[in-house]
Amino acid sequence: MKKDIILSGVGGQGILSIATIIGDAATRAGLNLKQAEVHGMSQRGGEVESGLRLSDTEIHSDLVPLGSADLILSMEPMEALRYLPFLQKEGYVITSSSPFLNIAAYPEEVVRRALAGLEHVITVDLDQIIREHSIPKSANVLLLGVAAEFIGILTPEQLEESIRNIFSPKGEAVVEMNIKAFKLGREYGKRQ
Amino acid sequence: MQQIKLLLGDEAIAEGALQSGIKGVYAYPGTPSTEITEYIQHSLLSEENGIHCTWSSNEKTAMEAALGMSYAGCRSLVCMKHVGMNVAADAFVNAAMTGANGGLVVVAADDPSMHSSQNEQDSRFYGKFAMIPVLEPSTQQEAYEMVQYAFTLSEQEKLPVLLRITTRLAHSRAAVNIRTERPDIARKTVADDPSSWVLLPANAKKKNMALTAKQSHLERLSGENAFFKLTLSEQGNGKGIITCGTGYNYVMENKALEAGFHVLKIAQYPVPEEKVKDFAAQCTEILVVEDGQPFLEEQVRSIVGGGYPLRGRLTGELPRTGELNPDHVATALGMKSAPFFKIPDGIVPRPPALCQGCGHRDVYIALNKVLADYPASKVFADIGCYTLGALPPFCAIDTCVDMGASITMAKGAADAGLFPAVAVIGDSTFTHSGMTGLLDAVNDHSNITVIISDNLTTAMTGGQDSAGTNKFEAICLALGVEKEHVKVVVPLPKNMDEITATIRKEIEYQGVSVIIPRRECMQTLARKKRKALSKRNQEGTK
Repeated sequence: MKKDIILSGVGGQGILSIATIIGDAATRAGLNLKQAEVHGMSQRGGEVESGLRLSDTEIHSDLVPLGSADLILSMEPMEALRYLPFLQKEGYVITSSSPFLNIAAYPEEVVRRALAGLEHVITVDLDQIIREHSIPKSANVLLLGVAAEFIGILTPEQLEESIRNIFSPKGEAVVEMNIKAFKLGREYGKRQ
Repeated sequence: MQQIKLLLGDEAIAEGALQSGIKGVYAYPGTPSTEITEYIQHSLLSEENGIHCTWSSNEKTAMEAALGMSYAGCRSLVCMKHVGMNVAADAFVNAAMTGANGGLVVVAADDPSMHSSQNEQDSRFYGKFAMIPVLEPSTQQEAYEMVQYAFTLSEQEKLPVLLRITTRLAHSRAAVNIRTERPDIARKTVADDPSSWVLLPANAKKKNMALTAKQSHLERLSGENAFFKLTLSEQGNGKGIITCGTGYNYVMENKALEAGFHVLKIAQYPVPEEKVKDFAAQCTEILVVEDGQPFLEEQVRSIVGGGYPLRGRLTGELPRTGELNPDHVATALGMKSAPFFKIPDGIVPRPPALCQGCGHRDVYIALNKVLADYPASKVFADIGCYTLGALPPFCAIDTCVDMGASITMAKGAADAGLFPAVAVIGDSTFTHSGMTGLLDAVNDHSNITVIISDNLTTAMTGGQDSAGTNKFEAICLALGVEKEHVKVVVPLPKNMDEITATIRKEIEYQGVSVIIPRRECMQTLARKKRKALSKRNQEGTK
């Protein structure tokens, strides 16, 4: 089994933390993994993308080929659409519906319509949920929770264990906040 | 014993270097090479074994210090981004003449597609230029193994060895099998051979002859190492692929062997000519797949001759510039299928921007205000976060070329009568390559205004220590800038009147003035706060 995932968002939204959690879970599960990251200049408030490839057989390319991703997981709606050519026909888009407005003419209507036109899409009002539950720093983990059932090659339980593992150096309070976010996300995902 | 770690290519190189028993790593931060040194800095082994791992002022000082360590009999690693090779080049090329004593490995991280750079030069040319072995790994595991091989090769051949990687390998993570026992690497005796190390013409001529004579031997090694791989397809269709580095991964991703292509993977240079000749004889045509400039393709062309059907970046089957990807290779192999989805019309780019609250913002706001009154003014900027001042809403800079060029280009323009000539340079870039240019300006009494925008760190690469922190006023005074024309301001909106008045006054001064706006980088400040918070949280749970 093989899963290609595109993680996208705006620099600083925590997409590399999502990659770290999935990467930890995959390594513990003995899966092969390749994860291409973005560092340097583009991280400063610009568009960021990380390709994550998971497989039980050998993976050659660090980059996800066009038309082969099973899932686009995005912290920002326009950033989800930017990587659509990587998605396969039956692939899913799971994205925050809250635009990150740091550019002059953000095409809100274009983004809304394009997302609505996709067959396999789940949009999450991340801003509202994190406000409602007072978990401002865990929006990325909440999104991962929504996607948990769609990743397939890893179980939600394996992901949860990795959340504990990754955040434990930051203290129990941080771990609990992220577990809460993950569970909220899972519930949201199941309702879709 | 073995251990599996999920590592960036950069981190795999660092692990390999630690496994090789290095006594020091010397580097200046530069994307995509920075994480090699950072990994060594954070490893327990560095402290236990007293491994040198603080940052150097620039790539040249790094290269020379590493050569000194090699001279003294220890293994040393030098890391830099590709354009850093230009800075280190004098030391690098001449290190091939002196040769190495303790193993000396130079890592150059190239950046095809210029994700975070101003050009896409290919460091393999430097290796050929210096006539030393160049290694090119394809995977993170190979990077780990290859560094260890590189140190052995360096000591065996008594030459520095260049390890060339690209952004994709440097910044991609995969599981790497790490050995946990550390071998005992014996320290060599100090080099005691002035005829090798004093490059007077009489000595250098002999060394040059010896290095040149060694090339066929080095070439043979390129075809005999563990990373060289010839795979003949069982369904052979007569077509061949010669590839290297990450290019090999894209060839394999597209199942080229199953499609009937013979595959020759080259991992070491100089190009093993005999192996290429043999391979060409087994094929009817060859595609060269390499990330970077057509370094391998040009050499294969000269080996197989003009009439041989050879394709690659030079013939247009693969793009002439930019980073390679699996889709380019699929197209070149005739396997491409169009993706199902397109980017919807109306999606706009989101370029990087200076962080909210960043001190560079206040500097540019002030500078734009003042320069609005000087329509002939030009702002010569430099390499760092503040290069983003080129983009809206600031559009505040006119040039950005290489590290240090702000001051020297402003000087040259001022020499030509341009006024006002303003230089904007960061703190780390100033100590990297700005100081000598400032001395030129002082000696010529050039009419320039230099702004050293000091955020107390090397910010663009992630907040590494900056060599000149707390020393800038002293450095400027020592270089001869007059005391009353070295001004420090705090770049905050509330100080805008003071900052603009200072800039205006110093522009009007006929000579060299230096203004130092100083305020800590928002990113390093936030990181410090986060660290303090998580420390408090942890203590709370104990």
